[in-house]
Amino acid sequence: MSHDAHAADSPHIVPLSVYLTIFALLMVFTVLTVWVALIDLGPYGWLHTPLALLIASVKATLVVLWFMHVKYGSRLVWVFVVAGLAWLALLVGITVGDYVGRTWEPDPHAWQASADGADFRQLG
Amino acid sequence: MSQQHGPVTAAVMTGTMPDMPDHDGPLQHHFDDMAQQNESSALGMWLFLLTELMFFGGVMTAYAVYRYLFNAAFAEGASHLDVRLGTTNTIILIFSSLTMALAVRAAQMDKRKLLVGLLIATMLFGGAFLVIKGIEYAHKWEAGHVPGAYFHYEGPLANHVHLFFSFYFTMTGIHALHMVLGIGWMAWLVLRSARGDFGVGYYAPIEMTGLYWHFVDIVWIFLFPLLYLFGAGAAAGH
Repeated sequence: MSHDAHAADSPHIVPLSVYLTIFALLMVFTVLTVWVALIDLGPYGWLHTPLALLIASVKATLVVLWFMHVKYGSRLVWVFVVAGLAWLALLVGITVGDYVGRTWEPDPHAWQASADGADFRQLG
Repeated sequence: MSQQHGPVTAAVMTGTMPDMPDHDGPLQHHFDDMAQQNESSALGMWLFLLTELMFFGGVMTAYAVYRYLFNAAFAEGASHLDVRLGTTNTIILIFSSLTMALAVRAAQMDKRKLLVGLLIATMLFGGAFLVIKGIEYAHKWEAGHVPGAYFHYEGPLANHVHLFFSFYFTMTGIHALHMVLGIGWMAWLVLRSARGDFGVGYYAPIEMTGLYWHFVDIVWIFLFPLLYLFGAGAAAGH
């Protein structure tokens, strides 16, 4: 904890080279995501969206850690950031999972087998 | 703002106690030291940004659901967006994030002129983004792609293309609104920086504005592929 207190006492000044490196990486990933979107992936065309979101996530991580100083932040700041991402994951994951799952074909045989295998009245 | 200059409230705002020297200026009386005060500022700002995350996250989740349900119509709608203008705006926003990050650094190092210059540069990049956004909106209006009574679109998927453009204008609209607010905020910071409010000991408003600006940049980092690049393959002819 003494490290945290010291870091906050005399502000951590990030070297200019770090900011310029992050800037350059953000530019590279921007070009990359446009390039990936324009190439023909043939039968793997469905990969366009996952790849675009993956690159966007990498870019966002760079911004959060270095431009927003979370890398140098206290543990409590980390807890806040991770909690926010966890809540977002719940929101997106459960909602999208619901809609995607609705179109899945039910398998009546699996259902019947599991119903046959366990007679709950006898268990009680 | 005017009460800031009253002698009594000034003493409260600067944390000046009778037995304490004036140069403790920015330290508020309810904090032990600047370190504690700065961490409280950062936590408060992050808490606000988390509410923003859920705000934008909610719209993006709704977009994900409808894009899943009406994939072909959304891809067709997205193919009408201009990838070149979208890419240009993405690059402009990355420049503005760099100048914002460097503005915080200038404040930390007590370089007042550099700080003012970098804040103005960030505002100009933000303004350029909004101008390009405005040009895109004008194109959409001329093409009849603005949702509502004047929406005009031919084709079997017209209904759900209409839905796509509703999402497009909602998402880019609330994002642009956040940028307008950020630029206004920065105008106030330019005035305060120019009169020497910030320096080595006290730069929290600059840093908090930076957090906000970077967050708005992150929102665009996701809007760009979700809206523009989605239709890029179709527009390129495959």
